[in-house]
Amino acid sequence: MDSVRALIVDDSSVMRKIVERCLRQAGIELKQVLEAGNGAEALSVLQDNAVDLILCDINMPVMDGLEFVKQLSGVPNAKGVPVVMITTEGSEAHVVQAISAGARGYIRKPFTAEQVKEHVIPVLAGKS
Amino acid sequence: MSATHDSHENWMPLMEVAAKEVFELMLSCQLTSPDAVDDSPMAVTAMVGLAGQLCGVLSFCCSEKAATLMTSKMLGVDLEKAGPELSDALGEICNMVAGNFKNKIAGLGDGCMLSPPTVITGSDYDMHSLADSPGLEIRLLFEGMPIKVTLQIHS
Repeated sequence: MDSVRALIVDDSSVMRKIVERCLRQAGIELKQVLEAGNGAEALSVLQDNAVDLILCDINMPVMDGLEFVKQLSGVPNAKGVPVVMITTEGSEAHVVQAISAGARGYIRKPFTAEQVKEHVIPVLAGKS
Repeated sequence: MSATHDSHENWMPLMEVAAKEVFELMLSCQLTSPDAVDDSPMAVTAMVGLAGQLCGVLSFCCSEKAATLMTSKMLGVDLEKAGPELSDALGEICNMVAGNFKNKIAGLGDGCMLSPPTVITGSDYDMHSLADSPGLEIRLLFEGMPIKVTLQIHS
């Protein structure tokens, strides 16, 4: 697998660091890691940067993860980029909402590096 | 004690499992049950509000020493580098315990929303809840240090 440019969107800087560590532990080689604290910041980051993978929380201030995913369709740098949601909101309804909005994967907090690997590798390989 | 509170007491084992899973998965450590209640001061309190089918506040309390070690383990950094991230880390732990707990109760996963976490440091304060029933409280040990998880339930 080629090295990956990842955008991690979460209002917790601790969680952003944990997600990055889990990606590395999952054996995903990271060429670049970009961070944003909410959906609006993430859209701004994507104006100037192309990425290969987006990992995104749902409950965030300013713009939540579901709204962010919906708005990605209008962002050239996000065209075809897979989004995996990582959130405490683990109900079936939330999963359906996220997938309907355009997410390709869904990881419930708390999680392990192994779970990140199970969900992210197929998405990067275009199998999910 | 109301019938409602009787039924809520059945949630205490779920609170315990929810907390234990968060520590096992995110901090790679086991919480254990204390032999006796330790009432030593807990200087860090993280709180997450619940709204919807269940209204209330879930709080997570521990000492500053325990909070620093939790942050260190969560981030995989040395203790001396954990301080600046302590509030964020404890807020996330509380958020995950609350989310994991509600997802274990049928109907609450969809029907109950979580607020962003709030973290208070310092132990010289009184908390007055408008909850209409006594809170549910579990006490556990993290690396031998006491932690307390409380759920104050509003109607």
